Amino acid sequence: MIKTDAIIIGAGPTGLFAVHQLGIIGLKCEIIDNLDRAGGQCIELYPDKPIYDIPAIPECTGEGLTIGLLKQIEPFKTNFHLGQRVEEIKQENNLWTLKTNKGNIFSAPNVIIAGGVGSFEPRKLTLQEAEKYENSQIFYSVTNKNLFQKKKISIFGGGDSALDWALELSKTNEVTLIHRRSEFRGASHTLNEIKQKEKEGKILIKTPYNLKSIEGDKIMTGIEIEHEDGKTEKVKTDYILSFFGLIMKLGPIADWGLNIDKKIIPVNTETFQTNKEGIFAIGDICTYPGKLKLILSGFHEAALAARACFKRAKPNEKYRFEFTTGSKNIHDRLGVKK
Amino acid sequence: MPKITYISHKGKINTVEVPNGLSVMEGALQNNIEGIDADCGGSMACATCHVYVSKNWLDKLEKTHDAEQDMLDMAYEPKKNSRLSCQIIVSDDLEGLEVTTPIKQT
Repeated sequence: MIKTDAIIIGAGPTGLFAVHQLGIIGLKCEIIDNLDRAGGQCIELYPDKPIYDIPAIPECTGEGLTIGLLKQIEPFKTNFHLGQRVEEIKQENNLWTLKTNKGNIFSAPNVIIAGGVGSFEPRKLTLQEAEKYENSQIFYSVTNKNLFQKKKISIFGGGDSALDWALELSKTNEVTLIHRRSEFRGASHTLNEIKQKEKEGKILIKTPYNLKSIEGDKIMTGIEIEHEDGKTEKVKTDYILSFFGLIMKLGPIADWGLNIDKKIIPVNTETFQTNKEGIFAIGDICTYPGKLKLILSGFHEAALAARACFKRAKPNEKYRFEFTTGSKNIHDRLGVKK
Repeated sequence: MPKITYISHKGKINTVEVPNGLSVMEGALQNNIEGIDADCGGSMACATCHVYVSKNWLDKLEKTHDAEQDMLDMAYEPKKNSRLSCQIIVSDDLEGLEVTTPIKQT
């Protein structure tokens, strides 16, 4: 079990800045995120899109902002627990115990939920029978490409993942690439390669088509796809790979006994505490009168929540407000050399 | 103020007045209309404000940009008449617009 002063759920910009705010007031923390990298929505949804409303930074990208925040919290050497989701939360006296789906257990007097709109999960095929074949013949990501040798593979999607895997797997398999419209979104050299492979007969492209049904019983043998105009066609298929991006799901947080209204958590704006003592919510996931879903609001919320954590982490010490410009304590924590 | 009609997949009809300049998505949120989630708040980063627009209205709306189509690829059961309601801005020209929400968002 890992014991610390505060556990942060969510490594988006708000969660990362919470590490900083806890760090400069001398609190330790651990940070957990379902994604396999830090950055949250900034890195998953708009890594290349410019952001114009970060104070003192006229323009930066989601990726740039994430890199900056990670750099800023380097001195605190915080442990990141990525690729795992918090499943359970339990209270024992003044401490919260958290368990992730990878079996890691954490204990702390404070939990800061900086979960955005929820954890990212692959968007799944909408056909009900797809569930039956999930992880045996239907995949939403490729973890072992050796599985695919001389097989018939139907790939769904029109973005980079679909295109890249179509190219890669067409080397040793029969690949059909199916998309709901005729335009694909990808780097121009990738698009050219796809066209080339289609000419060579290495990739079969079916647009504008959608998945209509899956054929087979215990084992999927083929699929039926439907053209925009209604005509259908059968495609022999051993494996389906589906790449429709990620969706955000609130997940287990909904079952923790917190007040939740339309996927957001009301908080007290003095401390950003939820209805549970010691559980705080900041960033897009929290709400209060006048709430703006801005990154800069998340930073402010992180600063106040961190101060509120101090009282619970160090009940016998008095918190004293200090500026980073002049405080020797803070300089020591940041490793500033004179 | 233009009247916008939201029809649920079950056929429940809600007609509300939405001020010019707001998006059809914002009009739904302000009037507590179910079926539009708008997780990303209108930054065109999710696809949870997906609606179907009737054919006669589709041609009257401004054409979609690539980015909107890219996002619609991610929507639940997108069709030819799919739009993201955060990208439809209400104006007098849209008086009487009807949109239908899908079985689910995501």
